[in-house]
Amino acid sequence: MPLLELRDVTVAYGRIEAVRGISLTVDPGELVTLIGANGAGKTTTMRAISGIRPLARGSIWFDGRDITRMKAHDRVLAGIVQAPEGRGVFPGMTVLENLDMGAYGRKFDSKAEHDDALGRVFALFPRLDERKKQAGGTLSGGEQQMLAIGRALMARPRLLLLDEPSMGLAPQMIQQIFRTISEINAAGTTVLLVEQNAQQALSRSDRAYILETGEVSTSGPGKELLADPAVKRAYLGVA
Amino acid sequence: MSALLLATPVLADGVIGFNVDALAHNFWALTVDGLTYGAIYALVATGYTLVYGVLRLINFAHSEVFMFGMFGQYATLMLLGFAPSGNAYSEGTLLTIVYLGIAMLGGMIVSGGTAVGLERVAYRPLRKRGAPSLAFLITAIGASFVLQEFVHFILPKLTNNELGGANAQQPIVLVVPSVQFTFLGASVTNIELIIVAAALILTFATNQFIVATKFGRGIRAVAQDPVTATLMGVSRERIIMLTFLIGGVLAGAAALLYTLRVPNGIIYSGGFILGIKAFTAAVLGGIGNLRGALLGGLLLGVMELYGQALFGTEWRDVVAFVLLILVLMFRPTGILGESLGRARA
Repeated sequence: MPLLELRDVTVAYGRIEAVRGISLTVDPGELVTLIGANGAGKTTTMRAISGIRPLARGSIWFDGRDITRMKAHDRVLAGIVQAPEGRGVFPGMTVLENLDMGAYGRKFDSKAEHDDALGRVFALFPRLDERKKQAGGTLSGGEQQMLAIGRALMARPRLLLLDEPSMGLAPQMIQQIFRTISEINAAGTTVLLVEQNAQQALSRSDRAYILETGEVSTSGPGKELLADPAVKRAYLGVA
Repeated sequence: MSALLLATPVLADGVIGFNVDALAHNFWALTVDGLTYGAIYALVATGYTLVYGVLRLINFAHSEVFMFGMFGQYATLMLLGFAPSGNAYSEGTLLTIVYLGIAMLGGMIVSGGTAVGLERVAYRPLRKRGAPSLAFLITAIGASFVLQEFVHFILPKLTNNELGGANAQQPIVLVVPSVQFTFLGASVTNIELIIVAAALILTFATNQFIVATKFGRGIRAVAQDPVTATLMGVSRERIIMLTFLIGGVLAGAAALLYTLRVPNGIIYSGGFILGIKAFTAAVLGGIGNLRGALLGGLLLGVMELYGQALFGTEWRDVVAFVLLILVLMFRPTGILGESLGRARA
């Protein structure tokens, strides 16, 4: 049984359908990528999964349950956690406070459990440990992305949604972020990734879906798509 | 217009001349009195600021939330067996504090309940429909009238004319002002001490709640970025309700403190002027900013009293509102200028 399943999902802004009848699945333990050009409906899809955009049609299933009508904040408790596009770091909160926002709905049995959760994030992103008292708004772009991912991990996600984590980052930082995503996935967290950086994303994904103007145009294992001439032409800048 | 006239208790005291000497001679006395009013403004201003922070809404019905608190504490005192008589009660210090505490709790419950009820009945349906912000503003003003007229016309029928109606309630006086000490020639009364101490404690507690608790973080998160807050598992609706509750509870506390200072101010229209002044205080300090509410409240309190000394008693409200206009014209973000969202721990 897939962990996440979208069945014929349509999302509209007014009369414009940004996503048109998408169906996709993410199995437990997978790293799945959505790639596509600007305006293809990637972020809209992520917002629909998190419950921030209502569906016009279709349904979303998580762990065998229909969550189409579940409230957004309850989906976090259910295990669907997103690091949103643009990172969504709370600028006026410290790094520590931002991380604690990730654990907002989570009840820690003891302070040790809380510190343990923080420790795991700091092990993954030592830079955050160094800056934990600093305001989120004063971090660099790469550090903010680390914070956004670390914060999402604080919620102990069963499905981690990452919306364009490489956006606006320096090449070296992109490498590091992708490496960390692979690590998180290898440690057992299912990941659904939205990316424009198709090369990196496809090479690290188990499977990928390509979105074009709100519809799934192609799907398959990441490596296969990487070798597909049409994909190469459209998304990898290879003539 | 009638609301303006009926709210004159705010202006009731001080027969001071029309010159600089009056200000110089009474400077410290004016400061003490100004800080007393300012502390009350600050408590009410916190309600405007918190709601603005999470909803970007000026809840103009907040003055009526305050007014309900005045009736709430008054009704509580009546339930405790006190009756409005010409004389002041003398119950001893300890018992008086207990009674005032219970009355304050009564005011807080009524105001808190009114604020939450207002949110559910008036604002939430608009939010669900995605109404434009002008609709919220007009609804706020409408709700303000509904709440006033409820106390004006309906409350007397429900309470056998004991509460509400066209006239102010006969005061129930538990504390008679008596000078406790003199400070730079200004006498400080027990009532002034109670008001300033209580307001500071409540403001400090509120600040701690916002800065140091999980729900406080939730409020700040919604103020900074409501969508991301939702993605963190924060229920925006619950945070909005909590915000109205806190603002209402503080207004209820302020209501009791205000009636200590102005015992004959308990009337259906009695929240109007005070509400606008508290709003002025919030804007002066920087709306959306908790510390701004405190600073703006205290500042407005003393400045309007200085103005009153300079220009005459009847100019007191004018001073306050000219100040509002000046702030809006020249520094619309207020003195501290930051929003609740950016207020740092």
